Formats: sequence, structure tokens, C-alpha cells
Amino acid sequence: MPEHNFLVVEDSPTMRQLISFALKRIPGSKIVEANDGIDALKKLSTQKFDIILTDINMPIMDGLKLVSMVRNDPAHKTIPIIIITTEGAEEDRKRGLALGANAYIPKPIQTADLLSIVNQILGNK
Amino acid sequence: MEKEPASISKKVEEFLQVFKKGEEFTQELLKENEKLRYRLAQHEEVSKFSDREGSYKLHSLEDRVKFLEDENRSLIERYRVVEEENKDFANRYVEVEAENNNLANLYVASYQLHSTLDFSESLKIILEIVMNLIGAEEFSIMMLDEKTNELTIVAQEGMGPEARASVKLGEGIIGGAAKTGEAFYREGDPTNLSGIDYLHPLVVIPLKIKEHVIGIIVIYKLLVQKQSFSNVDYELFSMLAGHAATALFSSKLYSQSERKLTTIQSFLDLLKEK
Repeated sequence: MPEHNFLVVEDSPTMRQLISFALKRIPGSKIVEANDGIDALKKLSTQKFDIILTDINMPIMDGLKLVSMVRNDPAHKTIPIIIITTEGAEEDRKRGLALGANAYIPKPIQTADLLSIVNQILGNK
Repeated sequence: MEKEPASISKKVEEFLQVFKKGEEFTQELLKENEKLRYRLAQHEEVSKFSDREGSYKLHSLEDRVKFLEDENRSLIERYRVVEEENKDFANRYVEVEAENNNLANLYVASYQLHSTLDFSESLKIILEIVMNLIGAEEFSIMMLDEKTNELTIVAQEGMGPEARASVKLGEGIIGGAAKTGEAFYREGDPTNLSGIDYLHPLVVIPLKIKEHVIGIIVIYKLLVQKQSFSNVDYELFSMLAGHAATALFSSKLYSQSERKLTTIQSFLDLLKEK
């Protein structure tokens, strides 16, 4: 069974648990959680991930800054990124995708939609 | 004259021979005729048998065709039934998946609600649930002060300065829902915000321990991407009504008892010093 490593970046423990709960349904999934962008960068430096799932509004370092830093880092720039956020306006979506995110999911999330996007990205790898 | 009887005798002899040959030929013809009759009879017999066999084979083939046609109809019917069952299973799978996801949301929400005994953390978790799981943009949590019969905002998200910090029990939609203990859902499209203000919320959920109201959750506006409430939203409202109430009540009691304990401990320390 192939192993899939996910990094879930969320300041809300409720959302972290909910996203992790959904990802656990993918066979071979291994989930690491981070509270914010800085925490995520620390975890990226110690482990390889197949997909990063990040919120936008977080303390210390927000999700958009994280996307930008990951895309400018030669070691991690190819990792697919999914933004999961309450910012559902079209201009927010465009901004997130323009920074290099592969998908943009507005909250509240539908588990089926999230899994469909994750499986699509894993299938394309 | 002697020649004449001799020639007559010869002619008689010749005639007799011809006659004899004719007799023999007739005999042969009769025998041949007999043989032919026999062969004809044989052929007729074979022909009769062949007709019977052909007829039998034809009947057998017709029966076989009928059987195969029946079998084909039966297989088509079974295929239709299996296809129906398959569609039914697919629909049920989608329903079970949706129910599974709803249960996951409810589990996570209730797990988080009861994960702390800190009052401010409980409030933060309720805010997270209402914002991230339900999709509310402007909302507040109000607690009821039983001495003054007033509902006061203890936590809020996205609300403007014109929002009232407190509401009397029984006053307007918000106070009314708190007094009766009945949840309020505004009729019509929840995304239609024309004429909506902080006195006319979308949803009011009384937080109850049994029938005792201790506070309310009031939602005024949904996130731009949230078009309507789904079944799981109503389940979450129902869950919040009970679980958020007990989480807030127990964390408040715990905080009060912690404070009292500290005070008593200080008194005891003072007494010991004396």
C-alpha cells in the first residue's frame, strides 16, 4: 500500500481534527498537524509531504505567506497545496491560486469534495 | 413333301425356343419387377421414417428455441432487477457516506466541546464550530444573568459596533427565544440580508440544560459561500443547544470552584500563620 504524507496547517483544533478525520479515510495516509505557517515550515524541514492543506487566517504566519514561501523554496516548491478557508470570495480564490496553490476549498468543507480533490492530486503525482 | 414337315418342325422348334426365351424374359421381368417393388417398399419405409425423424427434430429445435427465448427473457429480467438493486445500493452508499460525514462533524464538534474545563476556551471552541462547521460570518454567544434577567455577549465574531451588548429576557426575537427555549429560524433565503439588522437574526439557538436556558447563540450573517442550511447544520444546532450549554456551564462552575478553592486556601494559610 502506498504511503501518503499530509501536512494539515490549521490554528483551530476543531478543523484540524475534522480534516485529519477525513484524510484518514485514504488508505496509507499519515497526517502531521501544524498550528500555523512557522510551525508548518519547521515540520517541512524534517519530513517529506505529498500534500499540504492549509488555512489562510492563522496567527504568527498566515496561509498565503506559507504558500508563497513554499513555492519559493527549491526543496519544496513542487509539493501540491490545498487552501481550506472561510474566505470564499472569488478574489480570495484567485489570489490563493495565483500564489501557487493547487486547489481552493471554502469552509464549511464537504468531506466528499475534499477527498475528491486530494485523490485527484495524488492520482496526478 | 418330306421337306415341308421338316421345315414346319424346324419352325415349331424355333417358335418354341422363341416362346421359351420369351417365357424366360418374362420370368426375369417379373423377378426384376418384384425386386423393384421390394426396393420401392423399402424406400417408402425409409422415407416415412425420415419424415417422422425430421418432424421430431423440427419439434425439438422449436422447443429449444422457445426454451432459449424464455431463458433470454428471464436473464434480461434478472439483469434489470440487478441493475435496479445496483442503483439502489449506489444511492444508499451516497446516503451512508453523507451520514458518515455528518456524524464525523458532530463527533468532532462534541469531542472538542468537552475537551476543556476552561470557560474562555469553551467559548473559543463554540466560535470555531459555528464559523467553520456551520459557516456563519457574524454571530455571538450571549449568557443569561439570572439576577438581572439580561442576556450579555460573552463572545462574538465579525459583528459591528452597532450590535447591542445586552438584551432583556423576553425582549424581541432574541430575548423571546431565550425566554421560551424554542430555537428561532428566520423564514426565507438566509443569504437575503436586505433589511436585516442586529434585532432580526437568522438563527437563535437557546443553550439549555434540560429545560433551563443558560444562554443563546445568535447568528446574523452567513459566509458568502454558504447558500443555505443543510441537514447537518440543524443537527449541529441541536447538538450545540445541549452540549455547548453543559460545556459552558461546567467550565464556569469549575472556574468558580477553582477561585473559591484559592480563596479558602489563602484563608487556611493565614490561619496557620497565626
